[in-house]
Amino acid sequence: MEFLLFLIRRVLWSILVLVGLSIVIFLIARVVPGDPARMALGPTATQQQVADLQHKLGLDRPLVEQYAYFVASLAHGDLGLSLLSERPVADDIRDSFAATFELVLTTIIIALAFGVPLGVVAARWKDKWPDNLVRLIAILSAVTPTFFLALLLQILAGYVLHILPTTGRLSPDSNFVPNITGLAVIDSLLHGRPNVTLDALAHLLLPAIALAAATMGQMARITRASMLDVASQDYIEASRAFGIPDWLRVIKYTLRPSFVPPLTIMGLEFASLIGNAFVVELIFSWPGMAAYGIRTILQKDLNAVMGVVMVSGVFFVVVNLVIDVLVGFVDPRIRIRGAR
Amino acid sequence: MADFAGPTDTGVVPPKRLSNAYQNWYRFSRNPTAVIGAVIVIMCVLAAILAPYITPYPSNVGAVVNFRARHLPPSAAHWFGTDDVGRDILTRVIFGYRVSLLLVVVVLGTAVPIGAILGMTAGYFGGWVEIVIMRITDITLAIPPLVMALAVAAVLSPGLVNAMLAVAILWWTWHARLVYSVTRQLRTQEFIEAAETLGASKLHIIFREILPNCVSAIAVKTSLDAGFVILIGASLSFLGLGIQPPTPDLGTMVASGASFLPDDWWESVLPGCAILFVALGFNLLGDGLRDLFDVQDVR
Repeated sequence: MEFLLFLIRRVLWSILVLVGLSIVIFLIARVVPGDPARMALGPTATQQQVADLQHKLGLDRPLVEQYAYFVASLAHGDLGLSLLSERPVADDIRDSFAATFELVLTTIIIALAFGVPLGVVAARWKDKWPDNLVRLIAILSAVTPTFFLALLLQILAGYVLHILPTTGRLSPDSNFVPNITGLAVIDSLLHGRPNVTLDALAHLLLPAIALAAATMGQMARITRASMLDVASQDYIEASRAFGIPDWLRVIKYTLRPSFVPPLTIMGLEFASLIGNAFVVELIFSWPGMAAYGIRTILQKDLNAVMGVVMVSGVFFVVVNLVIDVLVGFVDPRIRIRGAR
Repeated sequence: MADFAGPTDTGVVPPKRLSNAYQNWYRFSRNPTAVIGAVIVIMCVLAAILAPYITPYPSNVGAVVNFRARHLPPSAAHWFGTDDVGRDILTRVIFGYRVSLLLVVVVLGTAVPIGAILGMTAGYFGGWVEIVIMRITDITLAIPPLVMALAVAAVLSPGLVNAMLAVAILWWTWHARLVYSVTRQLRTQEFIEAAETLGASKLHIIFREILPNCVSAIAVKTSLDAGFVILIGASLSFLGLGIQPPTPDLGTMVASGASFLPDDWWESVLPGCAILFVALGFNLLGDGLRDLFDVQDVR
């Protein structure tokens, strides 16, 4: 019951954030540029052409009405028409979002799977060499520009090692279209084609590592700090006095409560992760939202760009909602305190 | 957080107390991470300021073409080699630091004061002021800075000023959250209550009582942030949406050098290492300051 209340409050709050986000995006798209139609058509278009496009896109109506229309269409998953191709933006984004989602999901898994154990090791051997090594790894991964790491990995694999593919999502000869969940790794398994699954995983590995490095470093840092914090609590001292074995104390009594800060931080880190995903996708020719986003930015296709920003924001909000619910599961104190 | 190094109860006459600044300096100088970080940061800042005087080929900053010196590997004459039109890369890296550091100064110079004031206001007044400010903060937090910068570049036009603008209008959120949480802890402490009882104005309490107690946390956060602002700026110019050529910029150099990988590796790898170097400096400095001031919750 108490968990249900927590959930409802958390969902309502997320909706509020999304409304705020839609206002911000609307202002950027409609008010800042002056005249989106003129911008899309360029200086050579006639006054009549501009007026026609304005009318077609509803730009000649009052701002409040435009915003109401904007939100109503958002609620239907409609992000408007591309100013250039006049295709629905939502369709274009839907095609590319699955690829981005697959990349980002793999990245999170890698960042947690390596970052948290590294933090545990560092905390267990505080101020010894494992700790120093982990801290060095953490700080280097945090300060290496993601695009630089991506380039280095690409050279290493593509020109020196020749093992892993360095561009794209699937080999061109695989003739596979991920049409169930949109995730190539899962769809190929559902279709019973393990070869394609391996191919997809091989393509995923390098971009995901490049994208995961910075987050992994943060995870290791936060986990270490949070483990040390918990380890100084009285009940840990008591468990030691009771003779509970070392490994059990670390894994069960220290790691579980220590898991909350890394999860929360992961949620906040997620914003920079999406941003970096744009760069990584571009370098590895990953067919995700970034390629679409960058192309539309250069073409000044405002509706499409705002669609990309909106989808990124929604992605962030949903991930944070999921994480908060997870944290509520791990740490009962949080769901009692309620949603902040 | 407060320093209670008063008279000791051991009966021994305490030695003459060292000045606060000297104490801090002593502790700082014993912290290798902080010292290395500070040295790196100072080196980069000095190099950027003195760029026209210390670089070997200051004329290579502009759109100079020297086809005889194209793609030269690192050597005594060109420590970092030359690029595809024969310009000295070391010279352009040092001038590139100017752009990176300018971005840091402008972004943090606007974002930190705004964030601090909003955070203190929300934390001290509470009530609906707190709700409004912190909700706006949370909404702004939902927009990825790099994506926002891309959007602004689309709406206005690609360039350094717009990139800075885009990053600055999002960056204050982190400082607002930090200062807010520090202020919340301070609000109930005795010295604030004492000041209130004595009839101090709210302005006085915020700027003279609360602000000094937030400074160490802000300093740590600002130092760590500087590294990340540099990384975002470099990513933007890597995508071609930051500063426009021929002005030297580290991210642009990595991007343009990438087409000559792996044979002419220096054209892209060395500018990349230069970004890493300055970001590392700010991070080490921030880490060291965190240990020095003993502020825990700042990432």
